[in-house]
Amino acid sequence: MNVLVCVKRVPATAGKITLTPDEQEIDTRYLGFTVSPHEECAVEEAVQIVEAHGGSSTVLTLGPAGSADQLREAMAIGIDRAIHLETDGSEWSAVDTASAIIAAVRDREAVDGPFDLILLGNEAADTGEYQVGVRVAVALDRPVVSGVKGLEIRDDAFVARREAAAGGWEVYEIPRPAVVSVREGINLPRYPSVPGRLRARKKEIERVVPARADATPAKIRLRVPAEQESAVEILGEGPGAAPRVVEVLRRMGFIA
Amino acid sequence: MILVVIEHEDGAPDRLSAEALTFGRTLAEATGVPLHAVAWGPDAAAISGLLASPLAEHGVAVLHVIADPRLTDYAPEAIGKGLAQLVERDRPIAVIGTGSDRSAEVMAHVGARTGLPLVTNCMEVRLGEPWQVTRQRWAGSLLEEARVDGPIRLLGVAPHALEPTVGPAGAPVTVQPFAPELTDRDLRVRITARVPAEVGRISLADARVVVGGGRGVGSAEGFAQLDELAALLGGTVGVSRVVTSAGWRPHAQQVGQTGTRIAPDLYIACGISGAIQHLVGCRSAKAILAINTDRDAPMVTRATYAVIGDLHAVLPAIIAEVRAAR
Repeated sequence: MNVLVCVKRVPATAGKITLTPDEQEIDTRYLGFTVSPHEECAVEEAVQIVEAHGGSSTVLTLGPAGSADQLREAMAIGIDRAIHLETDGSEWSAVDTASAIIAAVRDREAVDGPFDLILLGNEAADTGEYQVGVRVAVALDRPVVSGVKGLEIRDDAFVARREAAAGGWEVYEIPRPAVVSVREGINLPRYPSVPGRLRARKKEIERVVPARADATPAKIRLRVPAEQESAVEILGEGPGAAPRVVEVLRRMGFIA
Repeated sequence: MILVVIEHEDGAPDRLSAEALTFGRTLAEATGVPLHAVAWGPDAAAISGLLASPLAEHGVAVLHVIADPRLTDYAPEAIGKGLAQLVERDRPIAVIGTGSDRSAEVMAHVGARTGLPLVTNCMEVRLGEPWQVTRQRWAGSLLEEARVDGPIRLLGVAPHALEPTVGPAGAPVTVQPFAPELTDRDLRVRITARVPAEVGRISLADARVVVGGGRGVGSAEGFAQLDELAALLGGTVGVSRVVTSAGWRPHAQQVGQTGTRIAPDLYIACGISGAIQHLVGCRSAKAILAINTDRDAPMVTRATYAVIGDLHAVLPAIIAEVRAAR
C-alpha cells in the first residue's frame, strides 16, 4: 500500500491573533508552526496503514523553506520520505495548490507507480477552503470522500465512515486508488520519539519548485473581528465561591 | 440568476439552507436578478412537491431538480457533476452553497469540473468589479477580505453567521427538472450503508449545559468531578483539544474548531485557558462560567462569570452546594 499524505504549515495560534502591519499575514514572530489537526491525523493514518499493510508512505507539502520542519515532524513519527513543493512564502490559492499537488503526483507516479491512497485533511485550520482534496481527485479521476473519521482497507477497496449530520455514520465503499480527506478523531496521533526524530533528520527531502498558473492573490487584507471580551463577573475565589455559583445555576433554571 | 444549492430534511430546507437562501436573496435583490434554487433526487416531482411551497416563502422563482433514478441517496461526485452541467448551461452570476460539509464537498466538485475558484465561509458580498467578499478564516477568529473574479462566482456561506429570514410572499415556484448526463462510474462514491446514532445519550451539540475540562484537569481520573457535576445538572462533559490529544477523553467529546461546536445555555469551562481552537467551538454558548487559576486567561476574559481558583478545590464545593440546594 503506497500512501501519500499532504500537509500544510500553519501558525500555532494560541489565544489571540495579531496581524503584520500590512494586514496580509498573521504576525508569527512569537509563534511556532504546526500542521492542521486534521492533517496530524492524516499523517498518523498513513503511518498506521503502512505498518499494517506494508508499502511506503510519503508526505508532501507546499510552502516556504521552513515547511521542511513539518515534513521532518511527519517523518519522525514514521513517514518514509518527503516531497517539498517550495514556495517563496506567499499564499497560494486552493486552485494553484491543487494544481501543484496534481503535477507532483503525476511526476512521482510516472517513476514509482500509482499511490493507492492520497490522504489530506478535511480543511486547513487557517484558510478553511474545503476543496483541495476534491480538486486533486477530479483531476486524477479518482474517487474521493471528505470528512472521513474511520478508514478500513478491504481487498481492492476502502471503506470510509463519516459522521452523518443527524448523528450516526455514513459508510462509503470506494475502489482503489482513491483520495480521502480525514477529520481529527479518526485516530490518536502518536508523539515522535527521540530515535524517530534522529532518523527523520537523516531522511531525504525531495525539493521541487512548483509552477504557478495564476499569481493574482484573491486576498485583499485580513482583519481581526471586533473583540468579544465580555464584562466578566468574578463570583469569587476558591471553594468559597460555591454559593454564588449555585445562585447563578438557580437563576438559569438548572436547580429547581 | 443567483442559484442556491439547498439541502432539505422533513420537507423543508434545513437551517443552513435557509441561511444560504437568505444570503442568496439579499444578493439577488442587490443585483436585480431572479433567485433560483437547486436540489437533487431520484424523481423531480417528489422533490418539488415537498419543496415548492417552502421555497416560495424564501422568494425563489425557479426550483431546478437534478433528477436521476440512481440518485436515491447522497453521491457527491454524481451530484457535483450534475450541478456543474446545470451551472455551465445556465451560467448563473453566482452559485451559493450552504455551510454544511456536504455542500462544501459538492461545491468543490463543481469548482473542480468547471475550473472556477470556490470561495467558502463567506459572510458578506460587496458588489463591484470584481465582487469582494468577507470570509472567515480560523473558523471566524480572523476575517479575510477577498476578491472574487470571474463571470460565475462559486460561494459557500459561513455556517451560523447570519440569521435566516423569509422573503416577501412571491409567486409560486416554477419547477424545472434537469436530467444530468451521468455514467454508472459517476456513482462510484455513494453511501453504501448507514450506522444509526446511539440513542439515549445527551449529545454535546444539543446539551443545555456542558461541563468542559482542559489541561487544568490534569489527568483522565481528574474528570470524575466534572462527570459528577454534569450528571447533577442534566448535562454532558466536553473537553479541549489538549485533553483528547493526551488520550484522557475520546475525540467525540472535543469542543472546538476540529471537534463539536456547542450552543448550550451554560458552558462551565474548568481549567481551560481558551485557545482559539477551543473558543470557536463554544462561542455560541449563551453564558460561560470559567473556573481557572489565571484571571487573565482568554477563557476567563470571554466568560460571563468566573471563579478564580483550582478546579479540583472549587468543583467539590459546587457539587456539595448543588446537592444541599435540592
